[in-house]
Amino acid sequence: MNSKKSSQLQQQLIFVGPSALCFLVIVVVPFLLGLYYSFTDWNGVSRHAGWVGFRNYIHIFTEDPAFLNSFWFTVKFTVLGVILTNVLGFILAYVLTRSLLTRNALRTVFFVPHVIGGLLLGFIWQFIFVKGFSSVGAATGLSFFKLPWLGTEATAFWAVVIVFVWQNAGYLMVIYISSLNNVPKSLIEAAQIDGASRGQVLRKVTVPLVMPAVTVCLFLAISWSFKLFDLNLSLTKGGPFKSTESVALNIYNEAFNISRFGMGSAKAIIFFIVVALISILQVRATKRKEVEV
Amino acid sequence: MMHTSANTGTNRGPSPRAGASASTNRGYRARRLILELLMILLALVFLVPFYFLLVNSVKSFGDILTNSAGWPHAFLWNNYAQAWTITAFPKVFGNSLLIAVISNVLLALISSMAAYQMVRRDTMFNRLLFAAFVAAMVIPFQSIMIPLVKVVSTLGLMDTRTGLIICYLGFGAPLSVFLFHGFVKSVPREIEEAGRVDGCSTYGIFFRIVLPLMQPIIVTVIILNALWIWNDYLMPSLILQSPGRQTIPIATYAFFGQFTKQWDLALPALVLGITPIVIFFLAMQKYIIEGIAQGSVKG
Repeated sequence: MNSKKSSQLQQQLIFVGPSALCFLVIVVVPFLLGLYYSFTDWNGVSRHAGWVGFRNYIHIFTEDPAFLNSFWFTVKFTVLGVILTNVLGFILAYVLTRSLLTRNALRTVFFVPHVIGGLLLGFIWQFIFVKGFSSVGAATGLSFFKLPWLGTEATAFWAVVIVFVWQNAGYLMVIYISSLNNVPKSLIEAAQIDGASRGQVLRKVTVPLVMPAVTVCLFLAISWSFKLFDLNLSLTKGGPFKSTESVALNIYNEAFNISRFGMGSAKAIIFFIVVALISILQVRATKRKEVEV
Repeated sequence: MMHTSANTGTNRGPSPRAGASASTNRGYRARRLILELLMILLALVFLVPFYFLLVNSVKSFGDILTNSAGWPHAFLWNNYAQAWTITAFPKVFGNSLLIAVISNVLLALISSMAAYQMVRRDTMFNRLLFAAFVAAMVIPFQSIMIPLVKVVSTLGLMDTRTGLIICYLGFGAPLSVFLFHGFVKSVPREIEEAGRVDGCSTYGIFFRIVLPLMQPIIVTVIILNALWIWNDYLMPSLILQSPGRQTIPIATYAFFGQFTKQWDLALPALVLGITPIVIFFLAMQKYIIEGIAQGSVKG
């Protein structure tokens, strides 16, 4: 009996131990430490971290317009990014589930931007916005291409949105395609026999049945756009005048550029709370709209 | 609403050709052709950035400034040779590959083992641990990065590839365990009983029977993690500092800091940087697309 218990314990340690230990050291401990640092004035180097209570949090909400601006930027960006990637992803999937000759090649093309990391894409697009667009503008005379894309606040915002949509629509397309392929043909045919138009079939049959995929895609798009960092860093670096600085980039700068680790930790905790709340609310809201087949 | 009725007419049968009359069939084909051409046009728009990138990567600096949309006046392949040397491409590529492969293999192994044990041994501890993994999936990396640097340096793992790999194992565990957990629940216990009767130990059952059955979800997990780890910038930038240990994204960032606006060097460096992952994608496309579709259904 005893040896059976010890072999069970050994088995538990071997199977679960490595992941549990890595998870504890890399996620749980830093998370709790971060919670503690958020109440201190730690600068990242000194051994001493002075307890300051809620002062960091109060400072963030009352005396840090840059952080609040970055939040506002991130919210605006998330709303647009999520809607546009999902709409484009769904349209691409809807069209590319029909029997087009070049269907597979087209799917590949739309997906390819996603496999390249945000950091490299940001640099590539920096060149497109600075040099490529202006030469297209000179050749065609279209004013759209002559704008100083990364130079003004309004256009830089849209520049980040454009690259984000270009990068991620193809990924959501793949998820929507697999979901559309799972919609039973018989249901669509039944609706058509009942005289439903193509638009009605889409609205009343297809969309309700792909709701689980919508949940997943909204969740992914919100999580990508709210945590925007790599693309932001390499495309605009938050500029011009911090107008396109995401929350993630603001936290990074607070800690690693001006060495206010305590303040940065407080921002990181606020960021976590907001991300967690959004995730919970969003999953709840869309789960309710799903239909069982 | 004339076009909709024409459409439903051709779509009604299982095969459009079988039941439809010749005229609606032609109309359907024309519409499909237009749709196809529109999509090809859109695809070309999607590819325009790559055109700019490639075509300018072989131009001289002056040529890039005056003629960035057109074909190069002369092909300067030497740009690539310079970018190759300055970024120490073979070295950083090797680092990226080493870190991505080791992290991926270990992450898939320890997560699948943990998920298996958690499903089969439904103890209070395992239930709580699984709940912690699921809850941790919403933690953004930026929320733990500041103290993480401190933890890694306390462990003496700063500026080591081992330290970075351990970070990937810890931060990647929640999602990977979650995906494996969902899959193991669908593996019937009866299959394992057969192995037990034949005298397999628990380890034997896991490695010889369960693990091979998990192959589809292993592919999914590896693909999701590979794309993440290969392209990740922030975590390696915090942990690795010496140039000899840099991965492709960090080396690219450092390169841009040094050669701002020197596009004749920067563009070939970018092409080199994206080539491995694009080739990997094109070669493994089928698995990647399926893996993502699979992973999302479960996620």
